Amino acid sequence: MTEKSSAIADSTGQITPGPFEIRDYLRTELFPHFMCPGCGHGIALRALLWAIHEQGIDKNRLAIVSGIGCSGRVGAYIDAHTFHTTHGRPLAFATGLKLARPDLEVIVITGDGDCLAIGGNHLIHACRRNLDLTCLMLNNQTYGMTGGQVSPTTAENRFTTTTQLGNHEPVFDACQLVAGAGASFVGREMTLQTPTLKNLIREGIANPGFSFIEVLSDCTEIYGRKNDLGESAEMVMAQKADFRSESYGTVVDTPFQPKGLATGVLSRRSCPEYGAAYRQRLQDGK
Amino acid sequence: MNSGNQLNSGNRLQNLQGNRACVLGAVAAGCRFYAGYPITPSSEIAENMSLEMPRNGGVFVQMEDEISSMAAIIGASAGGVKVMTATSGPGFSLKQENIGFAAATEIPCVIVNVMRGGPSTGMPTRPAQSDIMQARWGTHGDHPVVVLCPWSVEEIYMQAIRAFNIAESLRVPVVLLYDEVIGHLVETVDFSALQNPQLYERKWAQGDPETFLPYANPGDGVPEMARPGTAFRTHTTGLTHAEGGFPTQDPATVERVMKRLLGKVDAHPELVEQVDEYYCDDCELLIVSFGITARSSQAALRQLQEQGIKVGLFRPVTLWPFPQQRFLAAAAGTRAVLVAEMNAGQLIQEVQRHVGRDIRVQGLQRFDGDVISPQQIVDCAKRILQDD
Repeated sequence: MTEKSSAIADSTGQITPGPFEIRDYLRTELFPHFMCPGCGHGIALRALLWAIHEQGIDKNRLAIVSGIGCSGRVGAYIDAHTFHTTHGRPLAFATGLKLARPDLEVIVITGDGDCLAIGGNHLIHACRRNLDLTCLMLNNQTYGMTGGQVSPTTAENRFTTTTQLGNHEPVFDACQLVAGAGASFVGREMTLQTPTLKNLIREGIANPGFSFIEVLSDCTEIYGRKNDLGESAEMVMAQKADFRSESYGTVVDTPFQPKGLATGVLSRRSCPEYGAAYRQRLQDGK
Repeated sequence: MNSGNQLNSGNRLQNLQGNRACVLGAVAAGCRFYAGYPITPSSEIAENMSLEMPRNGGVFVQMEDEISSMAAIIGASAGGVKVMTATSGPGFSLKQENIGFAAATEIPCVIVNVMRGGPSTGMPTRPAQSDIMQARWGTHGDHPVVVLCPWSVEEIYMQAIRAFNIAESLRVPVVLLYDEVIGHLVETVDFSALQNPQLYERKWAQGDPETFLPYANPGDGVPEMARPGTAFRTHTTGLTHAEGGFPTQDPATVERVMKRLLGKVDAHPELVEQVDEYYCDDCELLIVSFGITARSSQAALRQLQEQGIKVGLFRPVTLWPFPQQRFLAAAAGTRAVLVAEMNAGQLIQEVQRHVGRDIRVQGLQRFDGDVISPQQIVDCAKRILQDD
């Protein structure tokens, strides 16, 4: 928990962050970390910390809330107030935390199973409320922690430990789902575009409302091996080819090719932030 | 609707519904965050909270389900606010996993369960006392929990305050458990003796953040809590964790931290234990009951005494941990113990466990959605003493 200042104040007193040193934001005493060789979650973590740094967020004011699974374990490495909660529920915990403490910057790290399967109900209602949270969904298309079972984002025909004959279930398009549910900021990026991903996360954090960012990560060791997708670089390309995204219709400002991997900012919506709206009603009711 | 502030403005006598008293007690205890989901027969608590929280500068949020309500109050409590949720049987089942998370991470919270008939959807508008084992053992794994059982509207108010005091002092989930009858009962509450209750606050982390251990035992079994927004940046996890807050599977460490976790409630009987006793010193028959059944027992007690029968009443106000020593003292010298409860026989198992084979233990159970009447208890008491 060492305090290293990488921020510098300019002549106007405005704090601008210095060069990004990832170790300033990590609990390096926990190393070696738990992630498998080739896993994309570490890159997602780097992009997140980079974005936090460039946004000038004080670690003392930063709360990271995660659920269960590989994505859930990532938060512990961040030198902040970190909460590793129950399976599927990080958004519900974060809702309580942010409403009680609007002064905190609350960022949720979740996975495709945690967020879309067991936590699906909380996701759509978090979108509807539009509380000022940033939700990073690390989509590795499988339940890695439990041994590589099928998830709501496992591509069709892929093999997992619970789809031994190949996956016959259709895939959730998380971004389309959350845009439909009312999220005010929706974006997607691959781990292989780290600076772009960082910028996307920055935009999400800056958005005063519920921001959803899907990070296309990869599970090389389990999902990749089961499907013979090669080393991590090859696997990322294979996943890119696997990934299909339908047109978003009118909610999307940014056009993109249907039936391809849509990345970047996919939807923006201007609507009142939940906490501010609640506090305004308190004021009006007095 | 009456304001909570009215309590301090000279209006000492008030007609209140039990669920309303629960809300006023919570507000008086300093509750400033409520998350809930509608469920009979507890919904009046959420309805009242939706006005009392904003009125007192707090937050009310109706969540999408029971699970997220429990999660949201834990999240808010982690942020440093006193929190509560309320539910009934089906919702209490859904909350269990997160109650275990609160117990393991030692995040204070109060859960109200207004008991209705079960199992499953059961009888939503009928009373029962059949969640008492669930209140103790509902979530998986060994865990600490405190359960308080009021028997009147006034006592709901008082026990709500106590629930917060215990939750905050010991960093433990506290269940305020009462039946539908008490919840919907309207009684006059005399607030003259209830002004300015003593409130206990959580111990916050102090000293050097660099060397702070969020789950170290400061001696009384209750660690200091790190407040977000300060330099005490710590990790909170439902994984079994060492004193530093990070996961461990080292057997010696796990045993040490679990012993502290499981022992901290028992280490504070002065705070936790509360019983109500009537004529327990010299009775042939001891009645054990709680909630609305204890009200019936009290009426039965008068009838039996008028007939010259020596009978006493032992009412565990703190149901869990069960007040074993106080109960054994009350039961000493009696010929028999009668356990009256609105379920198929739950508390009787705990009572039998303590008295052993020396004293006869008889149950009076009712689980048809109706209250045990004083006459039923009188008849049962006479039968026991005749048989003996």
